[in-house]
Amino acid sequence: MNTPNDTMDRETKGAVGASVPQLEGGEKLNGRAQYIADMYRHGMLHGALLQSPHAHARIRGYDLSEAKALPGVRAIVTGDDLDAQHRMGAFIKDEPALAKGKVRYCGEIVAAVAADTEAIARQATRLIQVDYEVLPALLDPAQAFDANAPLVHEEAQAYASVFDSGTQGNICSRTSLSEGDAAAAWDSCDVVVEHTYRTQAQAHLSIEPCGALAEVDAAGRVTLWSANQSVFRVQANVCEALGLSMAKLRCQTPHIGAGFGNKMEAHVQPAVVMLALKARKTVKLVLSREEDFETVRARHPAIIRMKTGAKKDGTLVARETELLLDGGAYGDDSPGVLGYALLMNCGPYNIPHVHAHGRVAYTNKMRFGAFRGFGVPQVTFASEQQLDVLADKLSMDPIAFRRKNIKRDGDTWFGGQAIHSNGLEKCLDLVENASDWKTARAAHAKAPASEMRLGMGVAVSAHISGLLATGAIVRLLEDGTVLLNTGAVDIGQGSNTVLSQMCAESLKLPVDRVAIASPDTDGSPYNWGTTASRITYTTGRSVVAAAGEVEKQIKKLAGAMMECAAEDLELRAGGSVGIKGVPGGGVSFGQVSGYAHWAAGGPIIGSNSWVFDQKTVDPKRAVVLGLPFAQIGIFSFSAQVIEVEVDTLTGKVRVPRAWTACDIGRAINPTMATGQIEGALVQGMGYALTEELVWDGGRLANPSLMDYKIPTFIEMPDEQHAYLVESDDPTGPFGAKSVGEIGINTVAAAIANAVTNAIGTPLSQLPLTGERVLAAILATEKTL
Amino acid sequence: MMSANRQITLMVNGSASEAPAALHDTLLTVLRDQLQLTAAKRGCNQGVCGACTVVVDDRTVRACLSLAQNCEHASISTLEGLIEQVPMQALQRAFAKNGAFQCGFCTPGMLISAYALLKHNPEPDTSAVRKALSGNLCRCTGYTKIVTAVQEAAAALRAEVVTP
Repeated sequence: MNTPNDTMDRETKGAVGASVPQLEGGEKLNGRAQYIADMYRHGMLHGALLQSPHAHARIRGYDLSEAKALPGVRAIVTGDDLDAQHRMGAFIKDEPALAKGKVRYCGEIVAAVAADTEAIARQATRLIQVDYEVLPALLDPAQAFDANAPLVHEEAQAYASVFDSGTQGNICSRTSLSEGDAAAAWDSCDVVVEHTYRTQAQAHLSIEPCGALAEVDAAGRVTLWSANQSVFRVQANVCEALGLSMAKLRCQTPHIGAGFGNKMEAHVQPAVVMLALKARKTVKLVLSREEDFETVRARHPAIIRMKTGAKKDGTLVARETELLLDGGAYGDDSPGVLGYALLMNCGPYNIPHVHAHGRVAYTNKMRFGAFRGFGVPQVTFASEQQLDVLADKLSMDPIAFRRKNIKRDGDTWFGGQAIHSNGLEKCLDLVENASDWKTARAAHAKAPASEMRLGMGVAVSAHISGLLATGAIVRLLEDGTVLLNTGAVDIGQGSNTVLSQMCAESLKLPVDRVAIASPDTDGSPYNWGTTASRITYTTGRSVVAAAGEVEKQIKKLAGAMMECAAEDLELRAGGSVGIKGVPGGGVSFGQVSGYAHWAAGGPIIGSNSWVFDQKTVDPKRAVVLGLPFAQIGIFSFSAQVIEVEVDTLTGKVRVPRAWTACDIGRAINPTMATGQIEGALVQGMGYALTEELVWDGGRLANPSLMDYKIPTFIEMPDEQHAYLVESDDPTGPFGAKSVGEIGINTVAAAIANAVTNAIGTPLSQLPLTGERVLAAILATEKTL
Repeated sequence: MMSANRQITLMVNGSASEAPAALHDTLLTVLRDQLQLTAAKRGCNQGVCGACTVVVDDRTVRACLSLAQNCEHASISTLEGLIEQVPMQALQRAFAKNGAFQCGFCTPGMLISAYALLKHNPEPDTSAVRKALSGNLCRCTGYTKIVTAVQEAAAALRAEVVTP
């Protein structure tokens, strides 16, 4: 524990563990931070989209004559401008830059126009005539595999895939994992419960809508700015979709108005690049809120059949999970979400016999893809409710039941992966004590009958972080200050600050002596993206290693300058090097850098590249088919207690209090870490209670903030407590793990368990709207 | 639709600015596209998210719902014009210290609503803050740190008044 003075000292220095204010505060709090919509270029054109009015139709042809004739129109692009062999996709290459040959969902981009003004561009889109042959649409994923179901993709089996996805017919991908012998284990269980759960499509709803701006230079090379979570994924997607060489496309980033998975893969970038290349001019296009709802992506609706068995003493024995994800029209991140959700289906419990399997169905709906939690909120909603049902049948307290089965030090994950640090039990203890769980639940149960009923629920989860390739470059500038370059896009969560803190700490510099470069595919080392809760852990490790390289070079040159061995030198706070045990008399980083530039060695540059290499599955333990992640990462954990108040006259649910404890490893910046947990809680409350994309036939019925309600200041909890459990991970940078997603995994489950505690009936379909809760209350009363 | 484009004069942040505006152009469009004042953001263009909140004649309004031509002769303040004000600086300091913003896209609107609140209520309790800011959506923070920051700024301003 730091003393207050110690903490204050560390804050001023900006060291690891200090709540350094976000480095972009000056720009953001003065309204000067530039987001994509704030970018203007002299003489730029404005883009607009034509979206499909049909869920499924063949495109017989286009008549562009009227649109082209409109004064001010500079370029129009359609599927005719695309080569059929060019398709993009994170896992399965199945998606054209814009609809080609067919439209596969209402709202899909059919054509795009660049014109002198946005009004002209929009008017021109309305003058484009498309000859459609309307086809029967597949809207229900449960019917996707019926013999007579319409085919979303005629030649799905021919698509290239980056793993064994099993793509064919309307199966976008399939995955199966098993350990032990679940089929044989049911007989040895004393209690078995089985149920089917349904979850809905949730919109990411970054307050900033997506957009892009593309510039073409005289040689035809494109510079593309966009709302994104990875300049490198933007580059890969656009190049795949347009058959463009990566050397011909440079991707950069303005500030990002938040990303929750929606800005990781492509949205309008390919269409905007097509327009810019055709018009040979700069083109900017920013989606309206409605277009953003309809054409970007959303969280997967899921149907989850789950079966769990336990012994009389409360020991979990077996689990079967069958998962059906609605993937929408294109693969996008769906195969990843399916595989990850199945890998996480048991939650952080020891269950010896498990069979988890599922499919992603292609349907004629918008893409469903990555969204904070990446499939875990869906399976946790099912799993944690099922645990409460089991606890009830076994007459055990829900927390005691969980404590009996959770993973502890030395336990491995489903599939066999080692867990290097595990603070889960501490998390559970913390929320149990802080919420006064037993006393409060007993008091709620004994409360006199009233219209308002209180209930409390618990849920726990884990998250794995560490996916894919990362690099960092640390340069010592001539004056001894430092430039850090990682290619990681700060999407608002504060990764620039956290990475700068780690770099500063490694070199014993105050954080204001480190600048961080803006991600740029021309100049930054590759970084897969700001997604999967990975930046602090993966990029942090690269930063520490690259800074270590710089330290080595500084010491080598300082040794030459001071005529002593490098091993006898130490870094000193504030940017100098001196002899160990001899105070004073050192040389500053500026002197060393000057020596390097003018006398010996050349500029000091440290770099690091790496990719997480611990295998997800031990083939001796588990049988796996179609898991797209051979290596994932390290484990964070969480436990959460949520209190609800249910209005039994209306069914409306309110959340007065919530307690969340997360084992995130060492917190590099505690205020930012609790900010992630608090933000995830409220986003999870929206998922649990109000947020649901609704379709009217093939068309989205509520693509507006009027009709799609996210939590406001009114709905936020009266009390929300976020606790950090810092179990140092031996592999993490300064012991850090991850915090971006873990906070949302449990929310819907804990709220559902709390509502069940209040009204006595489990609810198996999200969101828990007033209507659904009231129906459950009325059904219970009828049976009494 | 293309009709009635005329030059209008807006009093923005204390000075008169001329800009062309069509009848249907909103204040937000003219502020952003003509005057390059981009602190006010377009989040929904429907008056729901509050990211475009500005002050017009001492009242907070949604710039996306206000027609520019109707704002002639009114006094308009955007965040760019309020950053020298003591209460705004107190809010900015408290937002920075408490982590009351993340992506920052809702922040200009949030700061303006908070500024308007503190102007008429120097000591808002939690529910007053929540009510006053309930028209400003944030998807990142979960709101808790914003409430803390606004109350902390209010306390700092009261202390300044008592001990100048």
